[in-house]
Amino acid sequence: MTSSDAAFVPVASRPPPMQVRGVLPWIRRNLFDGWANTLATLVVLGLLVWALPPVIRWGLVNAVFGADNVACRALAESGACWGVVAEKYRLILFGRYPYAEQWRPLLASLLMVSAIAASCYRPFWRAWLMPLWVVVLATFFMLMFGGRFGLAPVETSSWGGLPLTVLLSTVSLVVAFPLAVLVALGRQSRLPGIRTICVLYVELIRGVPLISVLFMASFMFPLFMPQGTTIDVLLRVLLGMTLFTAAYLAEVVRGGLQALPKGQVEAAQSLGLGYWQTTLMIVLPQALRLVVPAIMNTFIGAFKDTSLVTIVSLYDLTGALQLAMGDANWRKFFFEGQLFVAAIYFVFCYAMSRYSRWIERHLNTGTRRM
Amino acid sequence: MSTDDPIIEFAGVNKWFGEFHVLRDINLRVAKGERIVICGPSGSGKSTLIRCINRLEEHQQGRLVVDGTELSDDLKAIDAIRRSVGMVFQQFNLFPHLTVLQNLTLAPMWVGRVPKKLAEERAMQQLQRVRIAEQAGKYPLQLSGGQQQRVAIARALCLTPKIMLFDEPTSALDPEMINEVLDVMIELAGLGITMLCVTHEMGFARSVADRVIFMDHGQIVEENTPDEFFNHPKNERTRDFLSKILAH
Repeated sequence: MTSSDAAFVPVASRPPPMQVRGVLPWIRRNLFDGWANTLATLVVLGLLVWALPPVIRWGLVNAVFGADNVACRALAESGACWGVVAEKYRLILFGRYPYAEQWRPLLASLLMVSAIAASCYRPFWRAWLMPLWVVVLATFFMLMFGGRFGLAPVETSSWGGLPLTVLLSTVSLVVAFPLAVLVALGRQSRLPGIRTICVLYVELIRGVPLISVLFMASFMFPLFMPQGTTIDVLLRVLLGMTLFTAAYLAEVVRGGLQALPKGQVEAAQSLGLGYWQTTLMIVLPQALRLVVPAIMNTFIGAFKDTSLVTIVSLYDLTGALQLAMGDANWRKFFFEGQLFVAAIYFVFCYAMSRYSRWIERHLNTGTRRM
Repeated sequence: MSTDDPIIEFAGVNKWFGEFHVLRDINLRVAKGERIVICGPSGSGKSTLIRCINRLEEHQQGRLVVDGTELSDDLKAIDAIRRSVGMVFQQFNLFPHLTVLQNLTLAPMWVGRVPKKLAEERAMQQLQRVRIAEQAGKYPLQLSGGQQQRVAIARALCLTPKIMLFDEPTSALDPEMINEVLDVMIELAGLGITMLCVTHEMGFARSVADRVIFMDHGQIVEENTPDEFFNHPKNERTRDFLSKILAH
């Protein structure tokens, strides 16, 4: 009150207090900050010292890297036999696809993975992406089937390994996603008929293990077909996996739809937007970005679930590994083979996980206060 | 003001939420260009009343005619009515994933089939009217509450509505921002658009309204000119309400 005539002048803003930079201060702040943290650091260090040397000795120092069966046997478990990968990688990666033609699945897989990578990049989200995918899929099947352009025909029963895994997961996810969105919207429909069908679909499929769905797709489905008509087993399995994944995704999408404030739809309606305009331009863009982590979670799960097709005699990556392990000379070294396949799965899954975090950040531009 | 040729007419309108009788025997005629303020305690049905006008709520009994069209299950009729009725919400309800400009051009482009360039031109005019043109490229959540509400008003104006509905437009705002929104609304009142405004801003009601309506328990208790309403309220319930909100 003493200076009532003075104008209000805000205090100039100052930079925050500096933290001491450098390696040692960082270590002290992050690893030895209090006795509990210090203890945890020491325990972890101890575990590393105890576990790392044997792992390195087994995996690198004593390991055999060449496809040398005699040397591998001489190891007597003192080191890893990466020779099994050197010897069998083509069988693991391409299954029973004819050996001389294996450049075709390689090219097809690379093409598909590149198309996926391109589709992930936001500036490429344009109208030409659709025809591009048509071309990519057509080329993929042309390469795999053959029978044209001088390529020897190869039946789907000989397809295997990485291209099969990539094909199963890509097609089932790409088809499952729009289906899931429709089912999720259907569950919120005003029409009881549509609502009931969607609820039944989700509950029936979710209530059954994927293995059963695959069995039904590959063995029971043909029983209901008219005599003489056959649908390729790969197609049936694709259909089964798509329906299965879509049921789970639909619930994820429904979660996003429910999290959207009611006012958004009301605002769109008050502006005269119709149901589909509101859904496509207001509801879905917001609902889907709310559930990006959950969608990616389902995607990663579905990607790994493709390994279950082995039980209906399709040899995906894990199935092809089983084939490779049929060789009595190398059967002993199945563990190294499993690690190889696990590493391939990990690369794909980790890429999906990183992409999910990136896309989340990018989609949220402006929707959060800076 | 004559109500012989009303732009909005409620005749014996009733509505229930489940068992709860939220609108009871509503009879109301609103003349073209009339500015009406609706007030009343919370839960009295005033928001529901104006939300029936653009069919965000369905009435179950009685007749409701808006701009010559009776509201029924006819979806075409509802679309036509929504095109001529703009609405401003308490919580703004801007689309957070679209920029301010995109918020404004969305409906004209997709509902009105206006070409993008023209829609953007008109949107900028409306943004200038609400004095916020420089924010056109920002996202709604980067703006203050008062700015967001002004954008929401501009968005509703982009469809050149004949009727504007305001549902407690200043209730979610910080006190310092209420006036910037009220100023814009007072300007609009001079344009000849029919306005129905649910609000407790009695200063706004006094200076702008042609008629003040007081609701309680889903009924219209009293309606009068602002002068009469504030100075000589007829009903005991109205006097009680006014004494509470005008006390401070």
